[in-house]
Amino acid sequence: MAKDDKELQKADPQQPIEAERVDRAPVFAPAADILETEQGAVMLVDLPGCDEGAVDIRVEEGVLTVRGRVAPGQFPGHELTYGEYRVGDYERAFSVSELIDTGKIEATVKDGVLRLTLPKVEAAKPKKIQVKVS
Amino acid sequence: MLWPRTMRDWWQWDPLREAERLHRDMHRLFSGLVPSHAARVWPPVNVWTGRDDALVTAELPGIDPAKLDITVVGDTLTLSGTREPAEAGEGQVVNRLERETGDFARTIQLPFRVEADKVEAAYAKGVLQIKLPRLEADKPKQIAIKAAK
Repeated sequence: MAKDDKELQKADPQQPIEAERVDRAPVFAPAADILETEQGAVMLVDLPGCDEGAVDIRVEEGVLTVRGRVAPGQFPGHELTYGEYRVGDYERAFSVSELIDTGKIEATVKDGVLRLTLPKVEAAKPKKIQVKVS
Repeated sequence: MLWPRTMRDWWQWDPLREAERLHRDMHRLFSGLVPSHAARVWPPVNVWTGRDDALVTAELPGIDPAKLDITVVGDTLTLSGTREPAEAGEGQVVNRLERETGDFARTIQLPFRVEADKVEAAYAKGVLQIKLPRLEADKPKQIAIKAAK
C-alpha cells in the first residue's frame, strides 16, 4: 500500500483550456461513450462527484463543451493513506457535426453520469420512400 | 477516416479540414488521453485513515447500488459488481467506448481490522463512500509510565 507507486488514472484534458484557471484544482478529461443511431447520437460522460447543478454544457460554433465542478473531498481527522484517484473538475470538448440539431440537445445527470441526447436535423434522418403501385 | 461519410457530406468535403481532423485524431491517439483499458484497475479507490475509522471512497458512476456487493473480513474489504454498457437504442453504432463496463472486483487491505457489522456505505453522485470503524481490540492503547520510587 505504498502511496505513490501507482499512476493516477485520470488523463489531462485533451485540448488546452483557453483561459488559465485562478484556483489550483486539477482538471480532468472524463471518459465518454458515443453511440449513434438513425435518429441521433447519445453521449455518456462519467462525471463522478457531479450532480445536475454542477454540470455546465455549452455548444458554440460546432464545439460542445462539458464542464463539471466537484467539491474537493476532504475528511477532517483523516489522512489519505492510499490514493488511486484525485478529485478535481472535469472538462472536455467534442466537435459536433452540422447534422446534429444543436437546439434540441437534452442532458440528464444520474449517479454521476451525464447522458446527452443529440438529435439529428430532420434533413439528416433517413427517409423511407414508399413505392407507389402504378 | 478520410472519406466522406455520406453523400451529403461529399459536397462539403474539404481536404484541408480532413487533414486537420486526421492530425487531431492522431494527436489524441498518442497523447495518452485514450486510456489503455487493459492496464486499468477499476474502480479507482482512495483510503482515508483516521484514529477510530477508515474511509474508503470509490468513483463508481452509473451503478445501481443495490447490485453492489461489499464484504469485510478482518482487515480486508472486497467490492464487486457490474456496470451495464451504454445503450442508445435500435441499430446503434458505436463511435467511441471509453467508459469501463462489465464485472469488476476490488480487494483492499485496510491498515487495521474493522468491526464488520458496523460498516456503513453510502452512494451519491456516482461516488461510493464506506465507513469502516476500527475494531476496539485493535485500537492503540496508551501505556502509562510508572515512576520508579
